[in-house]
Amino acid sequence: MADLKVKIGDITFSNPLIAASGTFGFGHEYNEFYPLSKLGGISCKGITLQKRDGNPPPRIAETPSGILNAVGLQNPGVDHFISEDLPWLKQQDTVIIANIAGNTTEDYCKMAEKLSDSDVDMIELNISCPNVKSGGVQFGTSCESVGAITSAVRKYCKKPLVVKLSPNVTDIAEIAKAAEANGADVISMINTLTGMKIDINTRRPIIRNNTGGLSGAAVFPVAVRMVWQVANAVKIPIIGMGGITTWQDAVEMMIAGATALQIGTVLFNDPYAPIKICEGMNKFLDDNNISSVTELTGTIKPW
Amino acid sequence: MKYDAQLFRLEKNEEIAKGIFDFVLYNPQLAQITKEGQFAHVKVDSKTLRRPISICDADNERIRLVFQVKGGGTEILSKAKVGDELDIICPLGHGFDIKKDKKYCLIGGGIGVPPMLYCAKTANNPVVITGFRNKDLVILQEDFKKYTDELYLVTDDGTAGEKGFVTDILKKKIDEVDEVCACGPMVMLKAIAEICKEKGKPCQVSLEERMGCGIGACLVCACKTRTGENGGEEYTHVCKKGPVYKAEEVVF
Repeated sequence: MADLKVKIGDITFSNPLIAASGTFGFGHEYNEFYPLSKLGGISCKGITLQKRDGNPPPRIAETPSGILNAVGLQNPGVDHFISEDLPWLKQQDTVIIANIAGNTTEDYCKMAEKLSDSDVDMIELNISCPNVKSGGVQFGTSCESVGAITSAVRKYCKKPLVVKLSPNVTDIAEIAKAAEANGADVISMINTLTGMKIDINTRRPIIRNNTGGLSGAAVFPVAVRMVWQVANAVKIPIIGMGGITTWQDAVEMMIAGATALQIGTVLFNDPYAPIKICEGMNKFLDDNNISSVTELTGTIKPW
Repeated sequence: MKYDAQLFRLEKNEEIAKGIFDFVLYNPQLAQITKEGQFAHVKVDSKTLRRPISICDADNERIRLVFQVKGGGTEILSKAKVGDELDIICPLGHGFDIKKDKKYCLIGGGIGVPPMLYCAKTANNPVVITGFRNKDLVILQEDFKKYTDELYLVTDDGTAGEKGFVTDILKKKIDEVDEVCACGPMVMLKAIAEICKEKGKPCQVSLEERMGCGIGACLVCACKTRTGENGGEEYTHVCKKGPVYKAEEVVF
């Protein structure tokens, strides 16, 4: 049995697999399949300062090897999360990451302040949601805006700060450097790629929001490339995500430079995917006489 | 553990009308806990998403799924062979609440007809109204006759049964029943809900929406309902809060 534990700062994850924000709610549903302690951590559904209703349906469309979604950050608000969801989550013996999204810099700061006094283990700054009109990705697409929001939130954030990057940018390595220079402890990447699907008979987009975020196996090679580029550009650890579907994908993403991983879309196909991926990684490590999964990170041998 | 994904062995695959398939699947552990109006989330080879299919019937050993080929996923599914093992999360969602001491009118429209069969089996000699576009899409008539003395068939074009809509029959029968349960297109459900409201009869409707996880975690299958604080409107999720709602809760 290889050691699957990974460490980010002072926080230890029992394995590298973290449920990705927006695919896992606040954990209650998947806890009906298996104990959440099987996961290294949970990045909770993105929360905002006030409750949000989200976008009108349809909110999802299937595409080749992936899906588009535009939920629009439906959530009960940060106070409800802290009082109603977090106490239960903290009993599940897994790392709890709060994912926050705001309309304004002040929103992000207020949430970071509230969550810093709570029991969450980490705060993930969502500056990459492509599906809301204001906030979200508008903070995440230039080095200046990423630097400004990271540095503003840093002043209020007493927890390890993860900055979640959008792939919908020209040079993601420069964006990552701006986050690092302004106080990010960790980079998580990638959020979804903006996409679209049109019904050729009605000529209407399937998704009511017209555009949505693409995830699933289709985006995996893009995510691997971006993780590799960012790993070459920053010193802080990376939580890699984007279309991880099999244990081979998980190993590949770590070799590209990820210290830990998030998985999301695959859960809709197979709720047990995280457990199967852990088993597969474990066997790979044993077969290759590697004692700890951490030895994979960044071991790519580029041409 | 409340949810589980397990393998079901396909015992029957029959095309009962053009593009409509009838599956009987064996898995006693999950079949026996299945209730009227719940659904099965079926994994399809090479597709990212599962396909949610309403449960047409179930007993202690098997579930029956009747579905229409609508796109690539259901087409792949329709080609499954007897003996194949299908990976299914089941049962999911909140189904119909059927009481033995009430007289029901059960209404199905098109591919919304199959889940009403399970309701008909449970209910005490209900009035059943089934509606289809035309004769080529008519299904399950002999099955319903096992559970009701009063089965109505209507088609939009009159090529089978009476020409007209399910609501034409409902208007004639509603005074004889205590409650209405329905599944089908939104326009049909809306019309049924209005008739029931006018007559002061309770009505349960089963909704459909494009779905992701099937268990209430991903929040994509949103439906606007009057279930918020003080009856306020909010988006709830068809897979978890539904698929069956009280008609008065739904913002049509």
